[in-house]
Amino acid sequence: MNISLSREDIARLTDRIEAAQVNAKAIPKLTDDFPGMTLADGYAVQMELRRRWLAQGRRQTGWKAGLTSKAKMQQMGVNVPSIGFLLADMARPENSAVTTSDLVHPRVECEVAFVTKTRLAGAKVTRDEVLAATDFVVPAIEIIDSRFSGFKFDLPSVVADNGSSARYVAGGRARYADELDLDTLGVVMEKNGEAVTMSASAAVMGHPADAIVLLVSVLHELGEDLPVGSFVMSGGITEAIAVKAGDYVTARYQELGSVSVRFV
Amino acid sequence: MDAHTIERLGDELYDAWKARRVLSPLIEREPNISLRDAYAIQLRTVSRRVDAGETIVGKKIGVTSKPVQDLLGVFQPDFGQLTSGMVRSESEGVDLNQLIQPKAEAELAFVLERDLQGPGITATDVIRATAYVAPCFEIVDSRIRDWKIKIQDTVADNASCGVFLLGDVKGDPRKLDLTLAGMVLRKNGELFSTGVGAAVQGSPVNAVVWLANTLGELGLPFRAGEIILSGSQSSLVPVTDGDELVCQVGGLGTCRARFHGRSAL
Repeated sequence: MNISLSREDIARLTDRIEAAQVNAKAIPKLTDDFPGMTLADGYAVQMELRRRWLAQGRRQTGWKAGLTSKAKMQQMGVNVPSIGFLLADMARPENSAVTTSDLVHPRVECEVAFVTKTRLAGAKVTRDEVLAATDFVVPAIEIIDSRFSGFKFDLPSVVADNGSSARYVAGGRARYADELDLDTLGVVMEKNGEAVTMSASAAVMGHPADAIVLLVSVLHELGEDLPVGSFVMSGGITEAIAVKAGDYVTARYQELGSVSVRFV
Repeated sequence: MDAHTIERLGDELYDAWKARRVLSPLIEREPNISLRDAYAIQLRTVSRRVDAGETIVGKKIGVTSKPVQDLLGVFQPDFGQLTSGMVRSESEGVDLNQLIQPKAEAELAFVLERDLQGPGITATDVIRATAYVAPCFEIVDSRIRDWKIKIQDTVADNASCGVFLLGDVKGDPRKLDLTLAGMVLRKNGELFSTGVGAAVQGSPVNAVVWLANTLGELGLPFRAGEIILSGSQSSLVPVTDGDELVCQVGGLGTCRARFHGRSAL
């Protein structure tokens, strides 16, 4: 990947992203000021943010793949998936109350999450290798929150913003991957008791494990690997749904149970 | 609408089906067709097919999803009659030469092992009366020009029935999560659409319940052995010579449809 920005600019953009995330304040997309910004620049900012936060003693739990479905790519106007890192302090318990005052404009997605039992690394891991390295899968709700005004961004900006990562809730029922048809799992998302969006898991790149394949290859390009015990979200199966204080969301999955969360 | 007009429109639709040509929308010519009239016209066209030697093998439920209901401005599904001439199999595939302007939909079919007489039927009754469910393709077709249909047009035109084929796989509805079963449709190996049972009236079984009760009001029972197509769980797929569609229902299995030949339009 070709980084075009100077170290100073990367530090400056990381300051902007960090401030926007910490203060829950929307900012214009980064490419408004840096129109030449590349995807590699976006990841350089994300990695700098990750370095700073891990240096504070925060623990990384895993990664997320984003923009992995046609529905999401169309919704956001991009055509390449992205990845972001997940920290323990982004996790929220199932059925808990998630505060919205520290978020800009949260949206929810239903996803299949993979938990790994062996290390995955390299430019070209296969779907079978991903499945062999998977300890179990669980259903998850990801709460994304772009720090860009109007949820309007391009790929370098959203990557710098850690793929819009904000909070996540894993729950439901853990299952062994080899006991399921991971691509035909039906999913229904309900908001305040009404079904608002639904699909099947093949919406994620034809098979959710293929999103992990992609994620590992991006990590490889960044000089990283996927360590044992990683929690990896494979990307929204449905479009993202906006939520606000007072909303109650349940994602129901075939074979995996359900995950609920409420917003206050 | 008078009986003579109903008969005439029914005959027109039958003739159009037989000759594989299209009509201008009925509602443009007869703006006062009610839904009830439309079903009477449907009955006429189906009777003509039965008179010509076909038998009734089941029912199809259409307009089951919210987006399609919004498109047609209705708040409930519609239904049509399946006849013996519409049955195709996975092995023979679909000959497009017999159709006008076909599109495919992936669905779940219920095959009944006992009669169901509405009204008062619930989901429990439908599951008890079901021999098996199967993934299926319905190839809808319209005798109305360019598919410019209002709800009365499609109902009169036997709910735009074309042909259908059931997958060879049979599932026990007592063992399946029909509401949350995913539906994945691939066209020539490429992912085309993803859906889930819940898209059909909250659950495909609800659509069957609706029809059992709707027909019950008219004194018509479901008969043992009938096939009920519960409503589309995919987007409409255009099909042409050489296409292959595969739909996969989570926990159930697949149905494959190969298409050959050329439709009229």
